[in-house]
Amino acid sequence: MKHAILGVAFAAALAVPAFAQDYTIMAPANPGGGWDGTARAMQEVMQAEGIAKSVEVMNVPGAGGTVGLAQFVASNAGDPTKLIVGGYVMVGAILTNGSPVTLKDVTPIARLTGDTEAIVVPAASDIQTLEDLVEKLRADPGSVSWAGGSAGGVDHIAVGLLAKAAGVDPTKINYIAFSGGGEAMAAILGNQVTAGISSVGEFQEQVKAGTMRLLAVSSAERLPGIDAPTIKESGYDVVVENWRMVAAAPGLSDEQVAKISADIEKLNASEGWTKMLADRGWTNTYLAGEAFAAQLDADIAATETVLRDIGLVQ
Amino acid sequence: MDSFSLLMQGLVTAMQPMILLYALIGVTLGTAVGVLPGIGPALTVALLLPVTYGLDPAGSLIMFAGIYYGGMYGGSTTSILLNTPGESASIVTAIEGNRMAKAGRGGPALATAAIGSFVAGLIATLLLAFLAPQVVKLALTLGPREYFALMVLAFVTVSATFGDSALRGLTSLFIGLALACVGIDGLTGAARLTYGVPQLMDGIETTTLAVALFAIGEALAVAAMLQPPDGMHKIKGSVRMTATDWARSWKAWLRGTFIGFPIGSMPAGGADVASFLSYAAERKLTKHPEEFGTGAIEGVAGPEAANNAAAAGTLVPLLTLGLPTTATAAIMLAGFQQFGLQPGPLLFVMNAELVWGLIAALLIANVMLVILNLPLIGLWIKLLSIPRPWLYGGILLFATLGTIGVNPSPVELGMLILFGVMGYGMRLYGYPVAPVVVGLILGPMAEQQLRRALAIAQGDWTTLVATPVSATLLGISAVFLVVPMLMRLRGRGQVLSQVAGDAD
Repeated sequence: MKHAILGVAFAAALAVPAFAQDYTIMAPANPGGGWDGTARAMQEVMQAEGIAKSVEVMNVPGAGGTVGLAQFVASNAGDPTKLIVGGYVMVGAILTNGSPVTLKDVTPIARLTGDTEAIVVPAASDIQTLEDLVEKLRADPGSVSWAGGSAGGVDHIAVGLLAKAAGVDPTKINYIAFSGGGEAMAAILGNQVTAGISSVGEFQEQVKAGTMRLLAVSSAERLPGIDAPTIKESGYDVVVENWRMVAAAPGLSDEQVAKISADIEKLNASEGWTKMLADRGWTNTYLAGEAFAAQLDADIAATETVLRDIGLVQ
Repeated sequence: MDSFSLLMQGLVTAMQPMILLYALIGVTLGTAVGVLPGIGPALTVALLLPVTYGLDPAGSLIMFAGIYYGGMYGGSTTSILLNTPGESASIVTAIEGNRMAKAGRGGPALATAAIGSFVAGLIATLLLAFLAPQVVKLALTLGPREYFALMVLAFVTVSATFGDSALRGLTSLFIGLALACVGIDGLTGAARLTYGVPQLMDGIETTTLAVALFAIGEALAVAAMLQPPDGMHKIKGSVRMTATDWARSWKAWLRGTFIGFPIGSMPAGGADVASFLSYAAERKLTKHPEEFGTGAIEGVAGPEAANNAAAAGTLVPLLTLGLPTTATAAIMLAGFQQFGLQPGPLLFVMNAELVWGLIAALLIANVMLVILNLPLIGLWIKLLSIPRPWLYGGILLFATLGTIGVNPSPVELGMLILFGVMGYGMRLYGYPVAPVVVGLILGPMAEQQLRRALAIAQGDWTTLVATPVSATLLGISAVFLVVPMLMRLRGRGQVLSQVAGDAD
């Protein structure tokens, strides 16, 4: 209650429309995944900070988010209270599934968070550096089995990009797709595969405990507090980030888009959001407006190229 | 400090009135969502996550664990009474449980499910407390080839145990396997048999198929039989378990527990696989084979114990490795992170008090569940005295709402009706429906594990028998498959003639 009063006072003080608007956020995935987590984190902070009076989260799972996306576009055009959470995985899924509805059909608002990818090997492995791993990959691409998330997802794309940068035929990589991070991690810990790839956060505890060795991260710069080189400084021009974004319905007026963008900017600037990201181990990669739209186009183009190279998109 | 004194200390933590209250809220909510098809424990925990932000870590985690256990518990109620399994782990419970309910023995069926869940939850939680680090080490040595061998074993034992005729059982199983091919192939991302329908991309939802085949199919069958409209299921005898029921249940509970816990602990196991294997084991070991298919109490006691033990088992990789192996566990992981805790190899060392408090609270939640559920049995079985047209009308409504609740799409509803009609047709011609669901659940698991194993070994098939565990499991499967055939060849004429008679 106290929060609500504070929130109303806050909104009034800023004199942006006198009353906070209600939102419904669609998480185009099952409860428990990253998009669901993002949507629920937004819900919590937007309500607590008084950015919106009431925020509802709705799950529409399926096909890498494309089922939810299609439904969102079909039923919410022109409605400024509807938001959808999505991310890089959706870019790949739209391409591999040949989805008729694409990210061009929604109004992108902002990129919120990002995860850096990490390449690890089991502690017992004789591979010590990324160079050792790439050497093995060059000698016999099939002999290096990679455990990661779903086929065509960000993990798969990162491996494809690395192979390409190392001069290895990307169609020859032996990528073993596991559903969810858990099973892939079990396969790495159990020494069932040569290497593993997933977000840094997922491996962090294992690396700390010494059960896995972190070879490289996929960010442009080294990450603070993480003792590993970037793939780029090891000599392969690969930078991959698994970002998550929020988008609004199609067919909105400029004022409506401005209002939503202002609310999301408030969310991003809030203390509650900063704390939430720290708790969840997410990196804030906030990017809005024109800059985000340009980045999105570049990502879509790059993803399409690599998916063709791996052979997932014809 | 040794584990035992840590547990005692945990019990002291968990005995605080507020913690007990959270546990009570958790188990009550969990039971309620378990009873409602469509709202699973995962969704409930996800909905409650923001609410618990202001609570202390111990209290909210304990509440989540209560929901998880409660959900496993509540799922059996609708399976037994209405033949409407709310989740994949309680599908086999419906097979014998609903037959018992129709024979007027709904009370004992619910009681053996409740007490079996309690016994299994108790033993499995203690195993979690004392063996978690060892169990997880063992589970990690299992890779795709071992999981594939386990799936083969499940196929062979399960398909042979359903229905009276192996031929019909296998036909049903293969229908399930065909349905399992629908959707995005997990290893290459290619869409199979989806005909451009995006809702089919993720395959056919297990609960939709199960609810359609069991509940809708049966409602249609009952309606088609043109029975007197005022008929109802009579309750015969006591709602309590008799001495014979106890004698037949306790071994099944224990077997279910020892099947469920290790399978739940495996990163690719799961409560549904555990419940199938437990059902198959009970059917093989029973002294009353003639009762299976008409309502054998072991067929309820074993799987219900197994799915609760498996629920405790999934906490092993979650707490020791930070590995969520189910959707509910994944959300509990987010709950841990919300309080700045990272489950993983260091959790038991860094946050020992919280972990042992959680384990102690699970024990308490388990006691609360049985206290909450046993008196409710008398109330639940009154459902069965509703006149049949009303009851089945209610079941249809319940089944439809549950399905749209999970997946609000007309395609899902269409599938529900289509599979419902298919379920009616199968009943009409005497084909068992359970193997269809088993095929849908186990088919993709077996396929993916096989292909992963082969990809890792670069196409070398001998990898499948290269480890002692996989070779042994496949060996046992081969024995189960070949021995009955040999027995038939040695002149068990009546079996052969039965198979021939079925092939019309």
